[in-house]
Amino acid sequence: MKLTIWTYEGPPHVGAMRIATAMHGLHYVLHAPQGDTYADLLFTMIERNSARPPVTYTTFQARDLGGDTAEIFQTAAREAYLRFKPEAMIVGSSCTAELIQDDPGGLAQALALPIPVIKLELPSYSKRENWGASETFYQIVRRLADPAARPTDKAGRRPRCNLLGATALGFRHRDDVAEITALLDRLGIDVALCAPLGASPADIAAIGTADFNILLYPEIADTTAKWLERSFGQPCVRAVPIGHGATCDFIAEVAKIAGVDPTAVLEGAPSRMPWYSRSVDSTYLTGKRVFIFGDATHAVAAARIAADELGFAVVGIGSYSREFAREVRAEAARHGVEALITDDYLDVEARIAELQPELVLGTQMERHIAKRLGIACAVISAPVHVQDFPARYSPQMGFEGTNVLFDSWVHPLVMGLEEHLLTMFRDDFEFSDRGGPSHLAGATVAKFPSRAAPIADDQTIVAAAPEPVATTATGPVWAAEAEKELRKIPFFVRGKARRNTEHFASQRGVDVITIGTLYDAKSHFAR
Amino acid sequence: MGPALSLHPEAGCPEPPGLGDILRERGQREVFCGLTGIIWLHRKIQDAFFLVVGSRTCAHLLQSAAGVMIFAEPRFATAILEERDLAGMADAHDELDAIVDRLLLRRPDIKLLFLVGSCPSEVIKLDLGRAAQRLSNKHRPRVRILNYSGSGIETTFTQGEDACLAALVPEMPVAPPEENRALLIVGALPDIVEDQFRRLFDELGIGPVAFLPARSAEALPSLGPRTVYLLAQPFLADTARALDGRGATRLSAPFPLGAEGTTEWLRAAALAWGIPESRFDAVTAPGRERANRAIRRCEGALRNKRIFFFPDSQLEIPIARFLTRELGMIPVEIGTPYLHAEHLAPEIALLPSGTRISEGQDVDRQLERCRAEAPDLVVCGLGLANPLESEGLTTKWAIELVFSPIHGFEQAGDLAELFARPLARRERLRFAS
Repeated sequence: MKLTIWTYEGPPHVGAMRIATAMHGLHYVLHAPQGDTYADLLFTMIERNSARPPVTYTTFQARDLGGDTAEIFQTAAREAYLRFKPEAMIVGSSCTAELIQDDPGGLAQALALPIPVIKLELPSYSKRENWGASETFYQIVRRLADPAARPTDKAGRRPRCNLLGATALGFRHRDDVAEITALLDRLGIDVALCAPLGASPADIAAIGTADFNILLYPEIADTTAKWLERSFGQPCVRAVPIGHGATCDFIAEVAKIAGVDPTAVLEGAPSRMPWYSRSVDSTYLTGKRVFIFGDATHAVAAARIAADELGFAVVGIGSYSREFAREVRAEAARHGVEALITDDYLDVEARIAELQPELVLGTQMERHIAKRLGIACAVISAPVHVQDFPARYSPQMGFEGTNVLFDSWVHPLVMGLEEHLLTMFRDDFEFSDRGGPSHLAGATVAKFPSRAAPIADDQTIVAAAPEPVATTATGPVWAAEAEKELRKIPFFVRGKARRNTEHFASQRGVDVITIGTLYDAKSHFAR
Repeated sequence: MGPALSLHPEAGCPEPPGLGDILRERGQREVFCGLTGIIWLHRKIQDAFFLVVGSRTCAHLLQSAAGVMIFAEPRFATAILEERDLAGMADAHDELDAIVDRLLLRRPDIKLLFLVGSCPSEVIKLDLGRAAQRLSNKHRPRVRILNYSGSGIETTFTQGEDACLAALVPEMPVAPPEENRALLIVGALPDIVEDQFRRLFDELGIGPVAFLPARSAEALPSLGPRTVYLLAQPFLADTARALDGRGATRLSAPFPLGAEGTTEWLRAAALAWGIPESRFDAVTAPGRERANRAIRRCEGALRNKRIFFFPDSQLEIPIARFLTRELGMIPVEIGTPYLHAEHLAPEIALLPSGTRISEGQDVDRQLERCRAEAPDLVVCGLGLANPLESEGLTTKWAIELVFSPIHGFEQAGDLAELFARPLARRERLRFAS
């Protein structure tokens, strides 16, 4: 038994739903009690899908137990076939149905439906969502792939690949697929099949006709890619194109396997990240202490980008993807830290509290933690939230993805110039750096987070308006040269500099503020 | 292969007269299980913690239904059963004890802990009653530990609240026999609504008044044969039975939704307390007038609009009654997950005769009926709303009716507004000329 407040992954049948919902012409009959239909809202509300997931739930009740739950399953499967006319069906149990051991696979087979029926064994009490998605995709491909399908003669045609791993409810999968498809097109490569996202059972049958595979999301499709390698001899591109360097590696690997020349694509000044990161305003990013947590693929990619491409210091990295712990540990070793492999939210919270990073790159769960601790945060990985399906094009992969990452990771941080000003006026009640950067409206209300409070990434610096000069009759007087020096301070904090200096002077019984007093005050507040 | 393949092997069976024809269906239900009630109950009882003993699915459900709404650390969690618990390699009771210890250490503010049963814990017959007793003995007097089941095989959505409140009833102290008659309002209401009702009962001269659930675990009202209770929610069958079992008397009334429902609900108490009619009118008139004024603002948008309810919270019938009688809407079908004939009798009496009521659900068939009727407004759960919108229907999320204050005079306008807004929005949006 394990105490859980929030979970990073749902049960494995939700993984199967992500595969079924990503595909066309596939229907999932799930033996499950009332209430398990909650999972529909993940797709219709979080992802805003305009259609219900292609899932039929048997909805058995307590009074059915020990009686006719098997018949309830068969009726549901039969009716689902008649109503939805799928090309193929997957059948399985949710956690409760697993306990009553009705064998949906056998029951569905007994119906002798005229379509392939794929039986799923997803152990709910030991496995989780991504494993369920991976296993489901693998079973579907194994069953439906036409063993005779092979690539046509390479002469006179562009190389063709399969894009593997994108699912429904994936973190930016929709945009990643578009970005990588366009990138491959520029390299002169066609995408024969993207699966599971957008594929039909008939498309899956032809999976062997591609020259090679691209494994976009190892958590979902690694098992399948390995099987395709063994069964069809399709080589697999394993570099995951998240970040500038990783995208360049990806292009090199693809070019080698496909036999194309990547020079033109690589030379096209493809992402702004390298220049933005070298530009002087980014100096303030240097050595920012960052903690990373997510699925293994995104966490590992984020660590490389953070260290090599933004100049951060990776002080911690972890993942809830136990299946890929080795990869995460290897990346952690590169940064001289110990990987945190856990799906216990409380462990992650404790580690962040202990490390006190300046930036958290995590999931929506780490966003909660970071908010509570008053730490900047950007979301890099599933589990997803409605905000992770932005209306705009917002890939994580490829060169445009790299631009998106620069923006979304840097914006939560204090901006370059602002950082110095915050240091200077640290204790001003209206300009407290404890409130966080001024361009993040939500940051100052960390204790009372609203339900919306987004990680704003579309707001520019909103600086304080010029302050009216307010000197009181009883307060200290400004010497002319000090007054002149004061005017050199940027207008939007000048009023506060004046007030802070006057406060400092009054406290010390200084009657005339000189340039010396001004800088004494600055050093006092900068502490 | 089984018998002839047909999508409509059975039709609804007719009901005894008095209730009209009720369509009873079985099939896929697009409704939450009772665990979902934890989302509002843990907010209402501020020193209570809800520990679900269940699977990863249970934890994921709570997070998905509530996760987008709750940022603070919630006062609920799941003890997730693992393979070794099921295989008997670990004693589930020992494991549970350890988890409760850890939890209470982490949250010293907790005074009341509910062990909440789920589908898996029910199927493996994990005795949470025994666990609650054992743990109570260990942690008393600091924490009281109770149990109830929110499992989907036994409860639908709001029935989880019913099960929780029913579990509280045996804990309510015995009212001394010499104590005067007392009114108990049953059903979780937002604090602001509770306060409004309390003021009205005070002005009417009805009292003392207590609420179940109380805002804190230690404020549980006392209960005895002189207790008279009013249900504030239509889904409290087990709680009512438990209260009856302790000798309390239920006042039958429509539910306090809308001006009429609120008036009649208050009147039931006024009659029981022998409050003169003039006084009742004087006290309730200002609220009723405010409610009517607020309701009138939505009438133009809603009058003669046809409305279809998918089953969700059991609030469907009282709300349909309100929308029909006070706003002139036309109910096409009122779906409810469960119909308590006795508690709902005063409501059904107020509905237009011949209104189609359906109980239970076969969601695909109900969707067919809904599309065929092409209603102006569909009230449904979150899994159906966007798909129906994309088909061109206008929808209202049913869950908002559970999460927002809708009871009483002061909220009647807000309740009407919840239904007017989707229609107004559809009117407003223009994407091409």
